[in-house]
Amino acid sequence: MAGDDFSDIPGTVLFDSRRARQGYWLNAFCTSLMRAENRVAFKADEAAYLQRFAMTAAQREAVMKRDWNGMLALGGNIYYLAKIGATDGKSFQQIAAEMTGMSQDDYAKMMLAGGRAIDGNRGMAGNG
Amino acid sequence: MARIIGGAAMSHVPAIGAAIDNGRTDEAYWRPVFKGFEYSRKWLAGKKPDVAIVIYNDHANAFPLDIVPTFAIGCAEEYDIADEGWGARPLPKIQGEPDLAAHMARALILDEFDMTIINRMDVDHGLTVPLNLMCGSPAQWPFKVVPICVNVVQFPPPTGKRCLDLGKAIARAVASYDRDLNVVVFGTGGMSHQLQGPRAGLINSAFDNRFLDSMADDAEALARIPHIEYVREAGSEGIELVMWLIMRGALNPRVEEVHRFYHVPVSNTALGHIILENR
Repeated sequence: MAGDDFSDIPGTVLFDSRRARQGYWLNAFCTSLMRAENRVAFKADEAAYLQRFAMTAAQREAVMKRDWNGMLALGGNIYYLAKIGATDGKSFQQIAAEMTGMSQDDYAKMMLAGGRAIDGNRGMAGNG
Repeated sequence: MARIIGGAAMSHVPAIGAAIDNGRTDEAYWRPVFKGFEYSRKWLAGKKPDVAIVIYNDHANAFPLDIVPTFAIGCAEEYDIADEGWGARPLPKIQGEPDLAAHMARALILDEFDMTIINRMDVDHGLTVPLNLMCGSPAQWPFKVVPICVNVVQFPPPTGKRCLDLGKAIARAVASYDRDLNVVVFGTGGMSHQLQGPRAGLINSAFDNRFLDSMADDAEALARIPHIEYVREAGSEGIELVMWLIMRGALNPRVEEVHRFYHVPVSNTALGHIILENR
């Protein structure tokens, strides 16, 4: 659709139906972490636990490495991925900082100073 | 006859729930957040609503990717608190209002809003954090709840116009219910925030304040904001603001703004809050 091109928005993955299909099992694994016994089983042997789900090898590897941007690129949705962070005992802000490549301290300071500025972060070359 | 007496919009950041549960509300970081709702708690207690219609989005808790309803209405007797991955929050159960909800579902569907019916659901921070902000942490919630869930997780969410129109249909549905009930409407989520990827942490206070400025008197203009503008200007999760328009639509065309609060940051998010009363 004209005027509906999200691809130039920097640092942003649009979770649409294509990504929902691509990431179905990755996200289903995340959903399983809503049960305490599954969190225990995952933490006891992550690789074995991930075999329960029909994920790709790349998806499993991204989970094991806690490569959040990799998981997003492979169809993970942030609200699902947050359950991995919760299982690790991390706050949402800690996960967000890791996705930006900033240190926890620098990210927290950026938020306290008003957050990431919109100017320069809109996309649309020459019009940011 | 049931009547809508007012509406409130507010962010539903999960870290607010964690701050309450861990007894941190008096810390310097959190004190201003809760102070911004002092008036709101008094306002709500004074209104003594029988029912709150709470418009929120589930965050991958009640609706995994198996089924993604665009609009869904809760018709259950009660709702348990979801375990979102760190254990369920220690909160009282939510009491539903199944008779009103069933009436609303029927009225909305015959009004051509094809609602999904929920008969059992656990509710997550999208619903519980607004209740905490507006009521504190009582032993029992002081009103019954009709949850309305909106998909904003898998693109595309409903348009702003569709949300405003659903709100108008909710107003008609409530007005045609024959029990004498006072009803408030909460529209939750937003304001600007992005939780994912290298652009995480985005905040656009100018966009947020323009949005707040238009809530009372120019909601039709807000309803024309396209999805791409929300994502670009308010961040990938800023799209939650379409849910505020459902609340706005459920109020009269003429409303009075009685309270407003805006604060940055709450975790990764700009917190916005507004209370509107019907004129």
